[in-house]
Amino acid sequence: MSIQYYIILCLTLFSIGVVGVLTRRNAIIVFMCIELMLNAVNLLLVAFSKMYHGAALQSAANTTAGIDAQIFVFFIMVVAAAEVSVGLAIIVMMYRNTHSVDINFLNRLKN
Amino acid sequence: MKIIIGFIVLWPLVGFLLNGLGRNIWSKKTIATQATGYIFASFVFSLIAFWNVQEQGAIVVHYFDFINTSTIKIPFDFRVDALSSLFLLVITGVGTLIHLYSSAYMHEESAPHYARYFAYLNLFIFSMLLLVLGDNYVIMFIGWEGVGLCSYLLIGYWFTNTTYNNAAKKAFIMNRIGDLGFLLAIFWLIVKLGTVSYGEVLTAESLAKLSSTDITAITLLLFVGAMGKSAQIPLYTWLPDAMAGPTPVSALIHAATMVTAGIYMITRTNIFYTHSEIAQTVVAIIGISTALLAATIAIKQNDIKKVLAYSTVSQLGYMFLGLGVGAYSGAVFHVITHAFFKALLFLAAGSVIHAMHHEQDIRKMGGLKSKLPITHLTFLIGCIAIAGVPPFSGFFSKDEILAAAYAKNPIYWFLGVVGAAMTAFYMFRLYATTFLGQFRGTEAQASHLHESPISMTLPLIILAVLSAVGGAMGVPEILGGHHWLSHHLSSIIGAEHALHLSHTTEWILMGTSVAIALVALLIAIGKYSKQADGEPQTALGKFLYNKWLVDELYENAIVQPLNRLAGFLKDVVEKNVIDGVVNGTGKLVQYGARQTRLMQSGQVGYYILFMVLSIVLLFLIWFNDLAITRFLHNLIQ
Repeated sequence: MSIQYYIILCLTLFSIGVVGVLTRRNAIIVFMCIELMLNAVNLLLVAFSKMYHGAALQSAANTTAGIDAQIFVFFIMVVAAAEVSVGLAIIVMMYRNTHSVDINFLNRLKN
Repeated sequence: MKIIIGFIVLWPLVGFLLNGLGRNIWSKKTIATQATGYIFASFVFSLIAFWNVQEQGAIVVHYFDFINTSTIKIPFDFRVDALSSLFLLVITGVGTLIHLYSSAYMHEESAPHYARYFAYLNLFIFSMLLLVLGDNYVIMFIGWEGVGLCSYLLIGYWFTNTTYNNAAKKAFIMNRIGDLGFLLAIFWLIVKLGTVSYGEVLTAESLAKLSSTDITAITLLLFVGAMGKSAQIPLYTWLPDAMAGPTPVSALIHAATMVTAGIYMITRTNIFYTHSEIAQTVVAIIGISTALLAATIAIKQNDIKKVLAYSTVSQLGYMFLGLGVGAYSGAVFHVITHAFFKALLFLAAGSVIHAMHHEQDIRKMGGLKSKLPITHLTFLIGCIAIAGVPPFSGFFSKDEILAAAYAKNPIYWFLGVVGAAMTAFYMFRLYATTFLGQFRGTEAQASHLHESPISMTLPLIILAVLSAVGGAMGVPEILGGHHWLSHHLSSIIGAEHALHLSHTTEWILMGTSVAIALVALLIAIGKYSKQADGEPQTALGKFLYNKWLVDELYENAIVQPLNRLAGFLKDVVEKNVIDGVVNGTGKLVQYGARQTRLMQSGQVGYYILFMVLSIVLLFLIWFNDLAITRFLHNLIQ
């Protein structure tokens, strides 16, 4: 499959994420949109890695060139999981304090 | 030799430091002994240096490098040669006598002020010695500035008097104007030749490197410096005001130091002047104009020191006339004889003022002949010497300048003789009004009249002897002498114009000038021995009495416009423009801060929006830097 499809898919996912972050007020949904952007980038990373590895295989068999990005993505997912737990914990605390997950309630930080 | 020459300069500095720092410790006797002693030590060392120069020629000693870079090297060297050794003797010799005289003249001052006075006096001599001894123009400039500073300090010695302080400031500022010319000349030399040492600058090779424009510019700029220091038109007005200082200071400024600096500098640079016809003409014309202007003013002044001050300006004019017509040794000769008789006249005037309890108006004197016999006799000798009556010293030096002036252009000679006649007239007007006729002062003054103590009369007697016989060092051939001075200076003065005057012409010139001076002298004695000058009646008299209104002219043409400009800058430019910029910056920051603060709304959505927009902007710039550069480039063009 051509790389363009992957790029367009990632762009779409990323844009949905951006628009979601900018428009929604529910903290959970904003959080999910951030994850969406993160995973769009992950997907793009894997797609490029695969493309590069495939090209390298043409010239030399048994090469490992280009697969490091796929390994890298695993690390990103692990870190993202940790980040999600921290983020969700913050949202839970927010809900306990305000009984709401509306981010506009957070303007108490203003002063 | 290196140490001896160094100590000529160091003795006065030691005296300055000791008296300046220990002014609360020493008694007045110690202070005066120290100050006079160090100058005398300097005089003795100068004598040793002088004899060495007589035997082995010029001596240049190196101490250290004053400025040392890849492009320019200015060593701290001293040069003792025929010219500077003569000046050394005059400065330290006359300086010693003035110190001795001051020790009695200033006895009314309290000890700390007495010490301050002598410290300044020593510093003055130190600066002047530095000026004369330096082997390059930069060292000369250090001394040059030093005497300017000391003249300021000494003229304003009685600093509680505002008039005196103003006179001091005037002297300083007038000198600064001249100094600028000198400084520019030094820069010009550095740019064109890369050196300022006499040994390298004053040579035929460096003359060949300079265009005639360069030489004219350098000589004229140096002359601007000399105008300030040696009180020539248009910068002479400080010298008469310098009378605010104590009388021995006037003697020091007018005779031994300071005003002779300009003559010294031009004589030092004589080979440049000889190569610039324009500069010579300018020097001669300024010189003779100053001589005549000051002489006319002196005729109508009634302050004993003012008359002497204008006579100094006038005599300096003669010296510059001599320099302008190429009679360099004549000018130096006149410097030396003038140092003798002008120091004598000032010190004698000081003795009179001392006896009269600080009365300076000659209309209130008269008949002092019998009360102050020594002062009277010495003052008379000084007057005869300055009037140019043979065989006193002034006759020889003035005659040499006038003869050289005649050889150059008879008009100079004619004007010079007119000036000489005026000199004889105003000096004997001063003498007759002060010493002859009836006493016109108050009863109290009459009862206190007394001859000054020995420490004041001794310098007078020595200077009177020197004024009388000082001409012996330059007796011209026509009178049977062989002019020792001009032979002595022949190594310094490259191409002096030989006088192509026949002996008959010389006799006629000499006879004419002496006859005219004698006539003027007798008229003055006849007119003023009975009564003093009243208030000026005629318009011309008032004009001269008011010193040609030159001070008023400067006041209206320069000082007032400058003050108005300063006022305009203060009230308009400062208040509106500069304050506006400063306050505007503050206001802009405050306004900007107020507006930017609104961005911190607390709405998380807005923060994220700003973040995204900023990231987009960053990416745009990152990927389009080339396009942006091109856009800006086109914008500029």
